[in-house]
Amino acid sequence: MSTLDLQAVGFRYEDMTMTFTLRVPAGGITALIGPSGAGKTTLLNLIAGFERPVSGRVLIDGVDMAGRAPADRPVTMLFQEHNLFPHLTAADNVGLGIHPGLRLAAPERARVDEALDEIGLAGLGRRLPGQLSGGERQRVALARSLVRRRPILLLDEPFAALGPGLRRDMLALVDRLRRAQGLTVLMVSHDPGDARRIAERTAFVHSGHILAEGPTADVLGPGATPEVADYLGEHV
Amino acid sequence: MKRLFLAFAFLTGGPAWGSEPATLTVLTYGSFASEWGPGAAIAKAFETDCACALAWVTVDDAGAMLARLKMEGASSEIDVVLGLDTSLMAEARATGLFAPHDLTLPPLTLPIAWDDATFVPFDFGYFAVIYDAEALATPPTSLRDLVEGNPDQKIVIQDPRTSTPGLGLLLWVRSVYGAGAAEAWRRLRGRVLTVTQGWSEAYGLFLAGEAPMVLSYTTSPAYHRIIEGTDRYRTAPFAEGHYLQVEIAGMLASSDVPELAAAFLAFVPSTAFQQTIPTGNWMYPVIDLGPALPPDFAALPTPAAALLHAPDEVAANREAWIAEWLAAMSE
Amino acid sequence: MSRLPPLVPGFVAAGLVVGIIGASLGALFVVGSGADGSILGDPYVRRIVVFTLWQAGLSAVLAVGLAIPVARALARRRFPGRTALLHLFGLPLVLPVIVAVFGIVLVFGGHGWINQALDRLSLGPLGSLYGLQGILLAHVFFNLPLAVRALLLALATVPGESWRLAAQLGMAPAQVFRFVEWPVLRQALPGIATLVFFLCFTSFAAVLTLGGGPAATVLEVAIYQALRLDFDLGRAGSLAIAQLAICGLVAAGLLGLGRSVAVTPELGRATARPDVRRGVGALGDGLAIAIAAALVALPLAALVARGLTGPLSTVLRDPAIWSAAGRSLAVGVSAAALALAVACGLAVATRELRLTYRVRHLATAPDMVAALPLATSVLALGAGLFALLHRVVAVFDVALILVAGINALFVLPYAMRLIAPRMLHVAEAYGPLCASLGISGWNRLRLVEWPSLRAPVGLALALGAALAAGDLGAVALFGTQDTATLPLLLYQRMASYRMEEAAVIALLLMAIAGALFIVLERGIGGREHP
Repeated sequence: MSTLDLQAVGFRYEDMTMTFTLRVPAGGITALIGPSGAGKTTLLNLIAGFERPVSGRVLIDGVDMAGRAPADRPVTMLFQEHNLFPHLTAADNVGLGIHPGLRLAAPERARVDEALDEIGLAGLGRRLPGQLSGGERQRVALARSLVRRRPILLLDEPFAALGPGLRRDMLALVDRLRRAQGLTVLMVSHDPGDARRIAERTAFVHSGHILAEGPTADVLGPGATPEVADYLGEHV
Repeated sequence: MKRLFLAFAFLTGGPAWGSEPATLTVLTYGSFASEWGPGAAIAKAFETDCACALAWVTVDDAGAMLARLKMEGASSEIDVVLGLDTSLMAEARATGLFAPHDLTLPPLTLPIAWDDATFVPFDFGYFAVIYDAEALATPPTSLRDLVEGNPDQKIVIQDPRTSTPGLGLLLWVRSVYGAGAAEAWRRLRGRVLTVTQGWSEAYGLFLAGEAPMVLSYTTSPAYHRIIEGTDRYRTAPFAEGHYLQVEIAGMLASSDVPELAAAFLAFVPSTAFQQTIPTGNWMYPVIDLGPALPPDFAALPTPAAALLHAPDEVAANREAWIAEWLAAMSE
Repeated sequence: MSRLPPLVPGFVAAGLVVGIIGASLGALFVVGSGADGSILGDPYVRRIVVFTLWQAGLSAVLAVGLAIPVARALARRRFPGRTALLHLFGLPLVLPVIVAVFGIVLVFGGHGWINQALDRLSLGPLGSLYGLQGILLAHVFFNLPLAVRALLLALATVPGESWRLAAQLGMAPAQVFRFVEWPVLRQALPGIATLVFFLCFTSFAAVLTLGGGPAATVLEVAIYQALRLDFDLGRAGSLAIAQLAICGLVAAGLLGLGRSVAVTPELGRATARPDVRRGVGALGDGLAIAIAAALVALPLAALVARGLTGPLSTVLRDPAIWSAAGRSLAVGVSAAALALAVACGLAVATRELRLTYRVRHLATAPDMVAALPLATSVLALGAGLFALLHRVVAVFDVALILVAGINALFVLPYAMRLIAPRMLHVAEAYGPLCASLGISGWNRLRLVEWPSLRAPVGLALALGAALAAGDLGAVALFGTQDTATLPLLLYQRMASYRMEEAAVIALLLMAIAGALFIVLERGIGGREHP
């Protein structure tokens, strides 16, 4: 289990200056909520290493991530879409998580099958992404995160396009995997209901800053700050 | 209002009341009619005498002229064709499109006798190897010398399938070597840097320094002397003589202004026409211009002999000779 | 209001292209001696067909093969001068072939820049330029830039997430190539390879000038010979049809190799690429870009240098030059606009066949139609058009219209290649949305199609206009003194010893082509640089 610690991580995008300070305790699920354009995806990109901070530090288990390539960080990130290569089968897409050149020995092939099994896609390994449903495609991406065995999982709304029932199932699956593998999960969400359901903690992001962070019930509860209340559309 | 009326008259095909001067349409190749070619001066001189308008129609070379005539046949708007040459003469005559000129030509400076009833010669030249004196100290002195000489000293030539000088060299080699032409080409091959589509490409490569020799005309050095003031580029006189090219004009039987066409052909061997030739088309005039001939032309070496195959012989053998050339050059 | 069925413009466009080519070549048989079946058994024809295929195939493999590393390098590196280099890449195709060949000779020839430099360093000279190597060099010079730009457009369709995913998975550059780039490249390659192959197959002046001898003879030479030397129209027509047939077979084979992959173009902000590493990768990319830049830029630089040392004021003060320049511009812009209109009709047909009628096999037909002109001999086409028209109209009075029309045909394949894929992407990405919102007709064009089509449309117009303005093929057939364009004047100057003046005109032509690129590509295409 890993802790994630952002210390005044600064970033500029066009004329917006962002500074993020956030501590994500090991082993839990933390939800990131906030209006769109607030910087939630940027925050995840900074942790995953797709963007470089102009100041501050990203620490994982106390280790500074500065200068580390995305692949060398103990992090897996799932995007909203395009998580799979359309011309590779589901099994190959998972296999890329083990070897980025797909050089897989028999035991590794078996691990891929296990992972597909684990997320409920047993037997569908030979399908191309185009032959899978939206939910199934994201499950394949989850299976790949399993074989990568990285302790931190970042979810950039990969289930946003799914129906409410399916989304709930997927979140339940994530929660189950988290317990089984001891993952630390940071998930962007648009639905406070999702946060209330599975996230112990919630951070509220607003124009490039974390305005509130704490147990979900507190952040989204009756004592919420005016900005959060405004976002939730509930008046205190 | 007047302008509007004129525009209308123009659009409807010109005024119908007959004061419009007749137009003589002359087909030629592009560089002849270009602004620095002799075309403009010739048109001006002819128009002052004939009270007519001369319109040049151009295509890119002699082959294209003949192709166009064949396609149009008797329906052609062309009255006079100017720019075919001796190697296409038989072919042109065989179309049956040309009318006899009925002229008594003045004394000509051509190195051969001219008594053709259809075609009037308007200029002539000799094919020659031109060399760069700064790159080549000892130029070949004969065709044999060229064929057998140092293969490191390259020459650029033209393709006989696509160019007049190219065909000229083919005929030149044929007239010197006869049946041994194929063997001569096989020997010459090593000296040939490349074989270009037309004269311009070959001469351009030569001037760019790619080869010290190029196939061109004996008159080429005159250009460099008169325009550029240099005698760096010189003719290599060949002992066997040089192959002759005579450029010809003829009138079409289908012309709707036959008198004008005939008048133009009569104008061709006149001083007014001929004096535009040396520094306009960079060829020899067909009449003696006396002092009007630029001294640099007069100073050009006269070939030891003028070689020429009879037009009928060329027409009959061209295909076979080209095939022989191809085989020898591409084995 | 009843709407035009969407396939109608496509049918009209295809009818125009096929009709003009078919009627022109057909006219050669009617006027001439009928079809000449003997060409099939003629050993001369067979030999040159083999050579034509060989040199065109090699040229296409080299140009496209080299374009892959260059396009990859240019896609992932940003450096000062990159935009200028991409603009420069528009120029080679635009120059009359003979001018470009001189640029190559000035750099790679026996007394070219490279040999002069080697000589100064007391190193031995380069091998001779003349021979197959010269032909290949010229064809790479003409086609590499085209292929690079087309591949860059293809690479721009990779979604940003794919790059992030590749980074997260720790893919090495070779793996990025295999899993991310190759799939989109593979989709684009057959079309590009077809264009390049056609261009090289019908290439004529460059092959003869640099080929070193008649062993390097292409089919187009035989057509020239049939038309200009043997006056055998039937044979010319038969050879032209043989050329079309061979090119058609090769195209069918190449286009069959293309595998379509569902990709959505990413028009949003650029994504940082994971494979921008220093060290060996950067060295390789730098090398690829440097080689391409040298191949393309050095000959152009040599031409510019030669033009600048020429009699600038004599040429530029000549009013005939400026009226010719005006005609070149008019021919260029009208040919490009015409080609764009025809390409749009064909591109809409492709889209509808694929998405509405769902007939994949037929959907490549508009592509084939658009590529047809490139495989057509311009000499045979011109002769046929003349045979068709000379009874109806004074051909030389409508010379510029003919020249613009023929050029529109030859520009069409480029316009089609640039526009059709993007139009298809737009339809795949936003078609359902438009349908659900009821956005159609003019509104769809204005709000949905135009923003994403303007970049390829700008590029197509710029390339087309510059290409047609620099044409020497059609204008040599129909241009006369009164309708001379710049390339014709240039060629006439060369034919009258005036090589320096020709060099200045070439410089002017390059400047005009460059200006057309900047004005049309920026003005219409906006700032997006594929």
